[in-house]
Amino acid sequence: MYRFKHHRPTTIDEAQSIFAACDDPSYLSGGMTLIPTMKQRLASPTDLIDLSQVEGLTGITFHSGLVRIGAFTRHAVVANSAEVAKAIPALAYLAAQIGDNQVRNRGTLGGSVANSDPAADYPAAVVGLGATIVTSQRQIAGDTFFQDLFETALEPGELITAIEFPIPEKAVYRKFPNPASRYAVAGVMVARFPRGVRVGVTGAGPCAFRATALENALNQSFNPDALNAVEIPDAGFNSDLHASAEYRAHLVKVLAKRAVQALC
Amino acid sequence: MQITLTVNGTLRELDVPENTLLVDILRERLRLTGTHVGCDTSQCGACTVHLNGRAVKSCTVLAGQADGTSVLTIEGIGTPDVLHPMQAAFRECHALQCGFCTPCMIMAAIDLVENHKELDNKSVREGLEGNFCRCTGYHNIVRAVLSAAEKMAAKA
Repeated sequence: MYRFKHHRPTTIDEAQSIFAACDDPSYLSGGMTLIPTMKQRLASPTDLIDLSQVEGLTGITFHSGLVRIGAFTRHAVVANSAEVAKAIPALAYLAAQIGDNQVRNRGTLGGSVANSDPAADYPAAVVGLGATIVTSQRQIAGDTFFQDLFETALEPGELITAIEFPIPEKAVYRKFPNPASRYAVAGVMVARFPRGVRVGVTGAGPCAFRATALENALNQSFNPDALNAVEIPDAGFNSDLHASAEYRAHLVKVLAKRAVQALC
Repeated sequence: MQITLTVNGTLRELDVPENTLLVDILRERLRLTGTHVGCDTSQCGACTVHLNGRAVKSCTVLAGQADGTSVLTIEGIGTPDVLHPMQAAFRECHALQCGFCTPCMIMAAIDLVENHKELDNKSVREGLEGNFCRCTGYHNIVRAVLSAAEKMAAKA
């Protein structure tokens, strides 16, 4: 790991001022991706701006029809929250599927979402539940947040402060984990809302996305067989030693059907 | 950078480069070599310690993140004469072969027992997903954790 300067601001304003003043800064949340990346010298920020002491980035609150989770909230907190499990069981379940126990004790919601790792779990919930990303500057719709491999709508220095997840009537997350890393080879969140079904997919493409073809079929008939005729084109899907694009496209449909089965 | 951390109950003040990892502070500076470096990529769990009461992989914690925290390592949980119930259970159940993963398997297992209720064969296996035993002696490790969980619950 190259040398860097470690900053520990206590307010969002201070964190952003430091970011603006540094040569090649990076925010540090749980560090579960950034630190291994730095150790491999795939990232070499001059300055790390540690968010652990920043006020107002933690906590889970419940408002009319939504669950608001502070960006620095660790996965284990979401996974073990009885209140989250009551409001959106699929979200608590998803958090409990991330990495392993030690990783969940460090990794954070905001860090995962800001990174837009194609195989991360939380992006499936952001897209599948139609969450709103609350940042230091604005609110960003979950549907437009993930743009490409490790690319999001965040501007340089912009900081996620919280994420608001609308509470669905029912939702289920199904994932095919890589047996070694526990990352999602593919993961699908199916959520039923009064105004329709949403399907969020992670692991399959360069970033999380809504599977509108699956949504349309489920809006017509909410049962697993309704998905039989739906084609999932694998163009642009990820292909690596773990799974081909074709295999991932197949997984998306299988996982979506399993999720729907669990919801019926 | 100047950091202060409590390790196994003792307050330590250290001056370390900012790119120092917690595991290197423990092993190189404090000579607490029971915590191991296995993969160094936060996968194998051989570097597991407790940070403020929760199991973490110390190869993926920076000095600045450890500042102000309380760290518990394998050296801090028992003595040769009075083993921690988890250590005693590992010995009793033959839950180790080469022993490399053992210290951190024990630290991860204590976190499981203390922070996760109602453990059974399945949940112990899931809970130890972040710890690799390359001797593949998982069967007896799971037995040991369940045995220790009973004793720790009886003691509490």
